[in-house]
Amino acid sequence: MKATVYVRPKKEVLDPQGDAVRKALEKLGFGGVAQVRIGKVVEIEFAENIPASEQNAMRAKLEQMSDTLLANPVMEDYEVTF
Amino acid sequence: MPNWVEGYATPRPSMRACVIVFPGSNADAEMIAALAGAASTPPTVVWHTETALPADTDLVAIPGGFSYGDYLRCGALAKVSPIVPAIREHAAKGRLVLGVCNGFQILTEIGLLPGGLTRNRQMRFECGDRYIRVAARGAFTRTVGAVWRMPVAHAEGRYVASPELLEQLNGEDRVAVRYCDARGEVVDEANFNGSAESIAGIYGGPYRNILGLMPHPERAVDPRTGGADGVELFAAAVATLAGGKSTSALV
Repeated sequence: MKATVYVRPKKEVLDPQGDAVRKALEKLGFGGVAQVRIGKVVEIEFAENIPASEQNAMRAKLEQMSDTLLANPVMEDYEVTF
Repeated sequence: MPNWVEGYATPRPSMRACVIVFPGSNADAEMIAALAGAASTPPTVVWHTETALPADTDLVAIPGGFSYGDYLRCGALAKVSPIVPAIREHAAKGRLVLGVCNGFQILTEIGLLPGGLTRNRQMRFECGDRYIRVAARGAFTRTVGAVWRMPVAHAEGRYVASPELLEQLNGEDRVAVRYCDARGEVVDEANFNGSAESIAGIYGGPYRNILGLMPHPERAVDPRTGGADGVELFAAAVATLAGGKSTSALV
C-alpha cells in the first residue's frame, strides 16, 4: 500500500526556484511557458495493505503527518493521494 | 579566557549559557566563543540527544549550520531531537533563547517563533556583511534604531508570513530587526533576500525572550575579524539577565 503526498509552495508565496527553471526553459528554446512552480513528492509505503474500511482513518493520519512534518503550513500546501 | 572584546562589562557578569549542537551545526564554535567573551563563565555545550539542559540555564543558543543536512526543509527534522521539549520548557519560563540562521529556521519549525524561512528571492546563497536596524526592544536589543553590521550566510532566509501575522508582529512590537542600508534606512534594495517587510529577525515568548535572526551576531564580536556590532546583542542579553531572572520588565 502506497500513499503519495504532494507538497507545493502556496500560490501567494514566491517560488524563485520555479522562476529560475522557467527562465532556463526559455533559454533552451521552449517557448510559451508562463509559469513553473516546484514542489516535492513524498512517497510513503505502508507495511500492510489498508482495508477499504480504514482508508478514511488512513487519510486523516496522512494529513496529520503532512501538518506535523512533511509540509510547512506557513508556506506550503499539500495534497494526499493513495 | 581573556576579555578580548571591547564593550563587555569588566569584570564580566555570570551567565549560564548553553549551546545546542545538532548534527550539521557549523557555527557552534563562533557561538561558544562569543558567549565565552560575554560572560565570566564559558557556555556549556549540549548535544541534541540530551533530554535536559544544565541546571539553571539562563540562555539557550541554537547556532547556524545545516542541521540534518537541511533534509526536507531547513530546520524541519530538528523537531524530532530529544532536547527540543527542554528548550520549549526553558522558553515558556521566560528564559532567553537565541536562534541564529539555521537556529532561527529551527525555532520556526518547532513552533517557538511564527512564520517561516524559505529560498532567497534571487536564488543566491548570500554571503557577506549586511546592515540591520533594531526595530523593537527585547531581551537582546535595548536601543530601537541602532544599526548593526553583521555577516549573513544563507540561501533560505526569506521570511514569509501571512498579512495577519505581520500585523500581529507589528502590533505586538515583535519585529526585532530589519535589513537596512548603511545609513539605517529600511529600503527595498537592502532587503537582499526578499523577506516580508525586510524582516531579519523576530521576537517570541512571553517576554520577548526568544529571538531568531538570520544575520550572525556571533561572527561580529571582534574588530580584528571585521566588526564587533554583535557585542551589543550579547551585552544586552547579559544586561537583561543582570536585571533579574525574568525579562518581564522589558515588556
